[in-house]
Amino acid sequence: MFIRGGVMHFFYWKKGKIMAQTLTEFDTIAAISTPIGEGGISIVRMSGEDAIKIANEVFKGADLAKVPTHTIHYGHIIDPDTGETIDEAMVTAPKTFTREDIVEINCHGGIVVTNHILQLLLSHGARMADPGEFTKRAFVNGRIDLTQAESVMDIVRAKTDKARQVAERQLEGGLMHKIHAMRQEILDTLANVEVNIDYPEYDADTVTAKQMADTANSVIKKIDRLLSTAQEGKILRNGLVTAIVGQPNVGKSSLLNYLTQSDKAIVTDVAGTTRDTLEEYVSVKGVPLELIDTAGIHHTDDKVEKIGVERSKKALERADLVLLLIDASKDLTDEDKALIEETKDKKRIIILNKSDLGQKLTVDQMKKLTGSEVISTSILKEKNLDELEELINKLFFSGIENSNDQVMVTNQRQTSLLNKAKSELQDVVKAVNDGVPVDIAQIDFTGAWDTLGEITGESAPDELITTLFSQFCLGK
Amino acid sequence: MIKTYDSNEYDVIVVGAGHAGCEAALASAHMGQKTLLLTIGLDMVAFMPCNPSVGGPAKGTVVREIDALGGQMGKNIDATYIQMRMLNTGKGPAVRALRAQADKWQYHEHMKDTIENTPNLTLRQAIVDELVVEDGVCKGVITNTGAKYHAKSVVLTTGTAARGKIIIGELTYSSGPNNTTPSIKLSENLEKLGFKLRRFKTGTPPRVNGNTIDYSKTEEEPGDKTPRHFSFETKDADYLQHQISCWMTYTNPTTHEIIRNNLDRAPMFTGVIKGVGPRYCPSIEDKVVRFADKNRHQIFLEPEGKTTKEVYVGDFSTSMPEEVQLKMVHSVAGLEHAEMMRPGYAIEYDVVEPWQLKHTLETKNIKHLFTAGQMNGTSGYEEAAGQGLIAGINAALSAQDKPGFTLGRNDAYIGVLIDDLVTKGTNEPYRLLTSRAEYRLILRTDNADLRLTEYGHELGLISDDRYKRFEEKKQAIKEAKERLHEITVHLTDDVQDFLKSIGQETMKAGVKADVFLRRPNVKIADIERLTGEKIPGDRYVKEQVEIAIKYAGYIKKEETRIARLKRQEAKKIPANIDYEAIEGLATEARQKFEKIRPETLAQAERISGVNPADLAILSVYIQNGRYSRVKK
Repeated sequence: MFIRGGVMHFFYWKKGKIMAQTLTEFDTIAAISTPIGEGGISIVRMSGEDAIKIANEVFKGADLAKVPTHTIHYGHIIDPDTGETIDEAMVTAPKTFTREDIVEINCHGGIVVTNHILQLLLSHGARMADPGEFTKRAFVNGRIDLTQAESVMDIVRAKTDKARQVAERQLEGGLMHKIHAMRQEILDTLANVEVNIDYPEYDADTVTAKQMADTANSVIKKIDRLLSTAQEGKILRNGLVTAIVGQPNVGKSSLLNYLTQSDKAIVTDVAGTTRDTLEEYVSVKGVPLELIDTAGIHHTDDKVEKIGVERSKKALERADLVLLLIDASKDLTDEDKALIEETKDKKRIIILNKSDLGQKLTVDQMKKLTGSEVISTSILKEKNLDELEELINKLFFSGIENSNDQVMVTNQRQTSLLNKAKSELQDVVKAVNDGVPVDIAQIDFTGAWDTLGEITGESAPDELITTLFSQFCLGK
Repeated sequence: MIKTYDSNEYDVIVVGAGHAGCEAALASAHMGQKTLLLTIGLDMVAFMPCNPSVGGPAKGTVVREIDALGGQMGKNIDATYIQMRMLNTGKGPAVRALRAQADKWQYHEHMKDTIENTPNLTLRQAIVDELVVEDGVCKGVITNTGAKYHAKSVVLTTGTAARGKIIIGELTYSSGPNNTTPSIKLSENLEKLGFKLRRFKTGTPPRVNGNTIDYSKTEEEPGDKTPRHFSFETKDADYLQHQISCWMTYTNPTTHEIIRNNLDRAPMFTGVIKGVGPRYCPSIEDKVVRFADKNRHQIFLEPEGKTTKEVYVGDFSTSMPEEVQLKMVHSVAGLEHAEMMRPGYAIEYDVVEPWQLKHTLETKNIKHLFTAGQMNGTSGYEEAAGQGLIAGINAALSAQDKPGFTLGRNDAYIGVLIDDLVTKGTNEPYRLLTSRAEYRLILRTDNADLRLTEYGHELGLISDDRYKRFEEKKQAIKEAKERLHEITVHLTDDVQDFLKSIGQETMKAGVKADVFLRRPNVKIADIERLTGEKIPGDRYVKEQVEIAIKYAGYIKKEETRIARLKRQEAKKIPANIDYEAIEGLATEARQKFEKIRPETLAQAERISGVNPADLAILSVYIQNGRYSRVKK
């Protein structure tokens, strides 16, 4: 039984009917495909042979079996057993994404209602979708290629517009084009090597081992460039891990409150992703920040406090960005100096706060002292905070802003395949240096070509596909 | 209408006695089947209507594979060559390629003699007009003289004779290769039986009289001093001492101008030639047009035999009018006064689209009917012979109701060739290239015997005596490897000096000999010299050991990939699967699957135009056991 009032029994099947979990490819699956939280609209998606039939049982508004595709219909979701109206809903019945019948129920959001609707679908014949199963069906149905499939997942996970932009660009095949270009470069040299082998007496230019090594080096460089975007890609997907540090009463809480005020807060917990804890996410000028707790780092002998300090130091290690607050109205304390030292290897912004209370430290002095970005603010009076946001944005995404064709490597599978191709190409270079004949060194050259093909799915073995989709997020 | 009469009964009938037909008939007869070999002209048995050579990259390996399986081509060329060369010696072992220049008349005579003296085999001149087909099973052939021969299996190897048409400039006439009688009615019969045929084109260059060539203006290409042969059975001691050289010259801007000025008379460009020609072996007019920026092309002058002055003008294939051909020939350095003995010509002919075949080369439509060689869309004597051997073996097996014999892509170039043909079909005459093979470090020319002799012996095509010698070689390889693992190369001045002399870093400590051998440019002979130890085995054994040790890492990589291939090949697709019943397949993939009807997932993966998503669907469908909805 579903208990109203907050407690969820996610896998409780009404009527005691346990659905057979046959993992076939064509039965009907359902899942909540929007992040669960206080968002305006939530979507419950259902896909499979019986999708329309099941939806018709719980939806009162239009007969979805008769409506044209790509139309949306207003009505109510009703629990047929109790006759209770669960929610108002807009229901679409397009034959789109997976090329099988898909029903999307747009409801008013909120964990309770959305889950109730999902449970209704499950109790009427749908089965809970596996992580990534919707996307897998789209892939299996030939609608999208592997990099595109991965992008769909990234769109689901994307925490801000900018992240979404990168994901969408990849969906259009941006990464695919880059990979294609690299494969072509290898292929051009490879073809020439082959000509030399199959037509040894003909006066085609002879590709020397050195030329092959040159091509390998050139592609390695391109792979390196793509790999260097992997870090930024991760930030866009997961958020920039940001630590706010400073002495007690310097304004950390005020800054935290400012950053987490309602219009900046973004929803965090997407079911089925790797996250299992709720963390504070904010969007600062399109940069997703994951704010982490730094209770305060200062030197102490107090044992209890020491544990807290150690934890803070750990948090600091994980941080991509440090916001270091210093009271500008006072002279630098030893603790301030210690913090400056502690964070010197991090990307950081030093915030000279409480500028409204008089300024003992100037921005220029501080810049000279630390070599870091420095900004003067009054968080309490919300002075210069917009500039602070600009600075955060500038610091991390200037490259991306300036180049619209930036392609990001955003997930682990792509990264590891790029690394594999790189190591194969390094083997080519090494073999050539060792005096291995060109047609033998070519084995790894061809290997790298195949590996790059795996990224776009051009030579994807089916084991890969299985592994890949098991890592996918639920929904979409 | 010719009145037919019942003639003899055979187990296997082979139609055509070119390079495919000869192998097919010999294999069948050696496997104990009463075999009839029919040919339009007895004077054309194993004739080489184009270049007088056997072997080269990939092709040379095929000849060795044929030999390891008990075929004839290797022995026949070893008995009749006039020059032997190993190509690609500057490269790695995977791509080394043996090539022989043949005495094309002796080659023909020697093969004909072998066939005539083979038990169970009858050679006869006849033109086959029709197949005897009952209930989808081929049961014999009918000749133009009315003879009806009965058989359990039939192999067709019609080469370029099927509705052959020769083209020389404006002149066209119906003809088989080298002005022989073409086969007309058999093509019509095949179409009636439901086969899809298409037109291919190939060509051959002019021949000139060697006495009229000024060789001083050309470069000599002599044969090798080191003895090498194609067959396992040929002895080094029999290596030909007095070899005949080939010669190289070039076309020049004048030649190209003559060609350009006469393009309006070139059948290639006027639309007279409809058949599709090979990209890799274009006519000279095609080369001049397509590679307009090149101001010269190589020409190889290859003698056609010891007892003839005819010289083959290699890489000068043309179908220009004779008048233009003469001018073209005379524009080339060394050929200014050459007398042309035969003009070059293009020939169009019918091929059976090869996706209509199984890997055994049996047709999918008609049981006990096999096709092989150029009629399957290939080009080259070696490709033809390789297919002929497989078709002959399978015809003999099917005549005895035994399961078929096939080679995988990891077994042999012959396996690559046949899989490409039946899986992808071909849009041009198919030539085997080493780059078509995924595992060429495994498919080497030096280890064909190690790869395939076992099969040949099991099929009854390799004698027990030869098999015993083969096992001795394997044992010797094993012992040599063990010995190298026992011996230590100590750190001596001699060793260090030797390493310096071959440009290698000196050693810091002594190592086992097999580790020492891994260094580039180190040979077993060097180890024997430096250590004073004797490694057992002849040079062929040592060659195997050197390659196995030097390239162990790379060989292992290819073996890993082969393991994956085998996993995919283990996933069989039910023969009667109904592709219409599989939801979600792209239309193109559905059509391709329906046409090719792949036997395994591995084969399905290789069909062009099939994307990973289609494969995933097919794979899921099969693995879920949901193929109950099969075709009735």
